[in-house]
Amino acid sequence: MVRVIKPGFYSTIQDLGRLGHQDYGVPISGAMDRYSSRFANALLNNKPEDAVLEITMTGPTLEFFTATYICITGADMSPKLNEASIRMNTVFGVKPNDLLVFGRSKTGFRTYLGVSGGFQTDIRLNSRSMFKSITDSVKIEANQMLPIHSSKIEFTQTNSTLKFKTEIFNTNRLQVFKGPEYNLLNPIQQERLFEPFTVSGSNNRMGYQLEEQVKNELPSILTSPVMPGTVQLTPSGNLIVLMRDGQTTGGYPRVLQLKETAINSLAQAYKGKLLQFELIN
Amino acid sequence: MTDFNLTYKPYGERSILVEWPSKIDENILTDILKFKNTVDKNYDKQKVQIKSAYNSILITYDFSIENVNTEISTLKYLYSTKIQNTLPERQLWKIPVCYDNAFALDLEEISMQKGLSKTEIIKLHSKPIYTVYFIGFLPGFLYLGGLDERLITPRKSTPRLQVRKGDVGIGGSQTGIYPNQSPGGWHVIGNSPISFFDASKEIPCFAKAGDNIQFVPIDLETFHRIEVEVKAGDYKVESEVLNG
Repeated sequence: MVRVIKPGFYSTIQDLGRLGHQDYGVPISGAMDRYSSRFANALLNNKPEDAVLEITMTGPTLEFFTATYICITGADMSPKLNEASIRMNTVFGVKPNDLLVFGRSKTGFRTYLGVSGGFQTDIRLNSRSMFKSITDSVKIEANQMLPIHSSKIEFTQTNSTLKFKTEIFNTNRLQVFKGPEYNLLNPIQQERLFEPFTVSGSNNRMGYQLEEQVKNELPSILTSPVMPGTVQLTPSGNLIVLMRDGQTTGGYPRVLQLKETAINSLAQAYKGKLLQFELIN
Repeated sequence: MTDFNLTYKPYGERSILVEWPSKIDENILTDILKFKNTVDKNYDKQKVQIKSAYNSILITYDFSIENVNTEISTLKYLYSTKIQNTLPERQLWKIPVCYDNAFALDLEEISMQKGLSKTEIIKLHSKPIYTVYFIGFLPGFLYLGGLDERLITPRKSTPRLQVRKGDVGIGGSQTGIYPNQSPGGWHVIGNSPISFFDASKEIPCFAKAGDNIQFVPIDLETFHRIEVEVKAGDYKVESEVLNG
């Protein structure tokens, strides 16, 4: 077990999402930045789909009741194990009563904490990913107990730190495909899409809204499927990039579609970051 | 049944969007469901995810598409074979709705706007047999077709921050039930005590695309009785099988 002492700003259990239920309006969910969540699991010899703790902006304080190995990837929130700083992208053994504390993020927006075998919270509709009306908790709360397997600890720290591709945080270019309604845009609108945009403060696991507007006279479309990474253009000219918890269908023109790796990058971007879409041919 | 002229568009690295003519039409719905059924049977459920809407289907593969044309040819072939494919039985679900003032927050407003009495509005809303076109947007949210034209009302200019679970609303030419508490821009005219989404069940929604819905007006007392039965797990939604 891991006890949540402080939950942090917004921390959730996530795996690779909920497939096979979208026809009931169920979003896919899963880790926002899958490069980082997979990286943690790979270092721990876990399966890619094992559940990790996704930590947003500011981190939690956690107390371990069970011995396990941990690995922290993604945004660097200055993690400390029993008051000593620990490295990112490195496997550490932890013992019962060990205390893990996170600070504020220095790079990126989302941190991933993996444990051996993954977190063992309830599976609902084939996934442990927390989501309102599906799992009992929507995010972790103070005093909550998160079940984990116990491991026999043979070392306290691996010597090597695997090279984490930091481009995911540093890049301001997001690779995109044309969306189904891209060709309905006029040349001026199309050109505008490839000039810089700023991430607005209105961003969460469902979607990221961008600051700048694109003048739009396109009518709404008959409600049609959308997916994570779809860039919608609203009647008021706002661009909304749907993320992992995004709705399954929508009625706004779908002008662009982010590549999978670009969704991971955007998941690490926060308010004020400048971004530019780059069309893949 | 005649075939429609479909368009096939690549959508991202792993999906193809298939589109029918842009309108809400029962014949299109039937064609979509037959095609969907055919695609479902042809692929392993783990490998391919399919979701449908009014006039489109999205097919998402568990791999990056290498050659879009090959996948599109396969889909076109599957479309040409769909005729032999029969659809699952259509169910007509009787959904109890309480239109009492306790729930019908916007009934008065619609009544004034339309020059129709509350009783007339309730009658017009509970008379039609609605068609479930698809479930989308939020878990368990049914997109229904068949609202009486006299009840078409533009969405509220400012959405409510919170509508209750089970609230029945009218937004534009659509009507529907909010499966859970959420923000909402539709005019609320009643509430249904039943659950449209239950994540603890393997199939979380009782209704599916192609089914029909009819609203049955109930009084407050019946509402509370059904509410108790639903909580205890004793309530079974009344339904009958329709042919075709």
